[in-house]
Parts: sequence; C-alpha cells; structure tokens
Amino acid sequence: MSNRRTFDVELDELKQDILRMASLVEQSIYKAMESLFTQDPLIAKEVITRDDIIDRLRYEIENNCIRLIATQQPMARDLRVIVTGIKILLNLERMGDHAVDIARAAMCVCGRMPSRPMDRIPEMARIVQQMVKDGLDAYVHGDVEKARAMCAMDDEVDDIYNLLFHDLISYMEDNPDTIPCVVYLLVVVRRLERLADRATNIGEDVVYLVTGEWEELN
Amino acid sequence: MANKITVRNLNLFYGDTQALREVDLDIEQQQISALIGPSGCGKSTFLRVLNRMNDLIEGVRVDGQVLLDDEDVHGPEVDVVHLRKRVGMVFQRPNPFPMSVYDNVAYGPRIHGLKNKRRLDEIVENSLRDAALWEEVHDRLFRSALGLSGGQQQRLCIARLLAVEPEVLLMDEPSSALDPISTLKIEELLQELKKNYTIVIVTHNMQQAARVSDVTAFFLNGEIVESGKTDTLFTRPKDKRTEDYITGRFG
Repeated sequence: MSNRRTFDVELDELKQDILRMASLVEQSIYKAMESLFTQDPLIAKEVITRDDIIDRLRYEIENNCIRLIATQQPMARDLRVIVTGIKILLNLERMGDHAVDIARAAMCVCGRMPSRPMDRIPEMARIVQQMVKDGLDAYVHGDVEKARAMCAMDDEVDDIYNLLFHDLISYMEDNPDTIPCVVYLLVVVRRLERLADRATNIGEDVVYLVTGEWEELN
Repeated sequence: MANKITVRNLNLFYGDTQALREVDLDIEQQQISALIGPSGCGKSTFLRVLNRMNDLIEGVRVDGQVLLDDEDVHGPEVDVVHLRKRVGMVFQRPNPFPMSVYDNVAYGPRIHGLKNKRRLDEIVENSLRDAALWEEVHDRLFRSALGLSGGQQQRLCIARLLAVEPEVLLMDEPSSALDPISTLKIEELLQELKKNYTIVIVTHNMQQAARVSDVTAFFLNGEIVESGKTDTLFTRPKDKRTEDYITGRFG
C-alpha cells in the first residue's frame, strides 16, 4: 500500500484535467472541419469562442503542475508524468489555435467554396482526427506501441498535404477568380498538417512518459 | 574515470545477522557517490567498511574485497590508522573537540608528528579555506569551537579532516542536523571538494542525493538494488523497488 495517497490522488486529478482539456480540443477540431464542410459560420464562431476556455484551462492545469513540482518534488515516473503533462498541455493549446485558424478560414470561404479542390480534405481531416484520438488514447493507457503507430500515420498526412498543396496552386492558376477563396483552403490544409505534427509530439511525450527515453518519431 | 574504491562480493555479518550481501560497487575518483535507502538497509554499515570503522564493533565479520586504489583495505599489512587518514569520515552530528578552532584543525597534523608552527598555521588556514569557513572564523581562531553554529561546526569537522590530507571523504548524513542554509553551504562545499577528493555520502534526503551526487547507489535489505548515474536513477530508474523508494511509496 502506498504511503502517499494525497499525491497519487493529485496526479490522477491532473490526468483527468488534461483529458478534459483534450476532449475540448478534439471537439474544436471536429467542429472546425464541420464548419468548413457545411459552410456554417455559427459553428465556426463556436470554435473561436471555445478557444478562450481551452487557453484558460491550459494555464490553470499548468499552474497546478508547477505547484506539484514545488510541493512534491517529484522523482522518476512522477516527474515524467508532470513534465509530459506540461508539454501535452502546450501541444493541446496550440491544436486549439490551429482549429481556430481553420474555423476562421471556413468563415472566409463561406458560400464561395469551389467543390473540386475539396476532394481530399475530408480524408486528410479524418486521418488527422484519428491521430489526435490515438495519441490521447496512448496517453491514457501509457501505450507506447499505439503512440508509435499513430506517429507513423504522419507520413500519410504529409503526402496528402503535398498533393493538395500542388492541386490547390494549379487550381488557382487555372481559375484565378477563385484565388481569394482557395488561399484559405491552403491555410486549412497547412493547419491540418500542423495538427498531425502536434499529435506526433504527443506521441513522443507518451513514449518518454513510459520509457524515460526521448524518441524522434517523425 | 578511474575507480578510487572497488568493492566486490562484500558480505558483512554482525554476529549471526547478515547486514550486507554480495555488494559490488565502483566508487570513481573525484566523483560524489550517494548511498540512499531506508533505515537499516546497510548504507551506513557499507560506508564504515570503507575505512574499517566497523572494526570497532564487536562480532563483525567481513568477507569480500574492498580495494582502495589497488590495495585491499582488509589486507594484513594495512595500517588502520594510515587507512583512516587516507579515508576520513564526517558524521551526522558535528563533533568538534572541546578546544579552540585552531587546535581542532591542527589536531590531526600534530598527532602525525608535525610541530613546526609556521607549517601548522598554513595547514590550518588552508584547511579552513577549503572548508569554506576561513572568512567566518579567521578572527576567532583561538576561541572555543563549541561557540560556532552547527553548520560552522560541521564545516570545522570537514576542515579537521582535510588537514591530514585525505584522499576519500566519507560523509554519514552530514547535513541532516543542519538548517537549510547550512545544508546548502555544505552542498556547495561538496562541489568544490570533489575537484580534489573522492566523496561518498549517505543521505536520507533524496533531493540532496539528486542535487549533489554524480552516482547513486540504492540499498535495500543489505543489497544494492540499483546503482548508476544520478541523473538516470532519479528520472528513469530500472528497478521497480528503486522507483517505489525514490517516489516515496515506501521507506
């Protein structure tokens, strides 16, 4: 039986807090894409408003991490739980920002969306959302294999990104009147690509949390 | 880094009770090695083996090898007084002699036959400087050491040790009886001393071990469960028992 119930409870609460924030971020990404696909500015606005809550949560939870370091002077896995917690918080907060950028882009293209260059964006979004979900699952269960498999999906995202990027450029060359709209799609795919990178960072954090070793996973 | 002390297959018995079991440890030159573990795990016993302080306890039996440089400290030709000059010890509670600051530091060299006043003055000043105490006591060298604060007394004990030019400093919880400022001074001092000496420190304070040492060995029930670089041991210990101990799950 552990001598340190209070600290164990606090570490457990920290994990729950991080997951609560992660769930908001996942919803933001989902809604941001939804606002683009449905061309609904109200959903986009919801994502932008929600971001304040995410930012506030990040600082609240991060302060709690700092308090735990100062008061508990954690060692070994405890230390890794808190340090990776801080890093995951940062990544989540930035993911929230990317979702906001996508939502803003969606508002800018509202009603003017050309259909063809959209083709592969849903596919890219689906993979990115799966990566985010798998990264968080790997964190919850301390699952190194899942973290590694998730990070490997980043290559696929990069490939689609490169294809889409060129597609969108040539589409603009062929249809100059669509440029004011399609440049925002470039923002969307770029942000999706960055979201996958952030998910990869979380995967690396999970590996460190479990093994104590840093592994470059993409 | 070369080994200053090499311990192999060390077993120690107090009568029928075995206090150390098959202990292997390399203590590197000019490094600080910390010994951690719960009370009664054998770490202080181990420390006392290194300069044969256990010889003073009746019924102690030791087997295995303890090499200082390449010489076995239990060898028949070893002069124990000379050994303890080379491998000195600082204890948990500062124990200055009831005499002046000067005489405390000059005590060792005098015992070893040094009479030259100027040479003694030099040794006293250098030892006090090396123990980071000179500035605080240079104007009260001939007053009683018992009037110093606890932290100053502990540094005086370190100066007294340095005066006989040891090679290894053994420290048994040297700051556990001191306030945080004095503790910090001792810890800073250790970083200076390790440039010239090999240091082995027993501590119950995990943060202290993590802060000051290069290498840490975790003792449990008379055995070394895990030893290695301090940075690694405190961030990613290999053995679950080490993890449980340093994170406060037992002990």
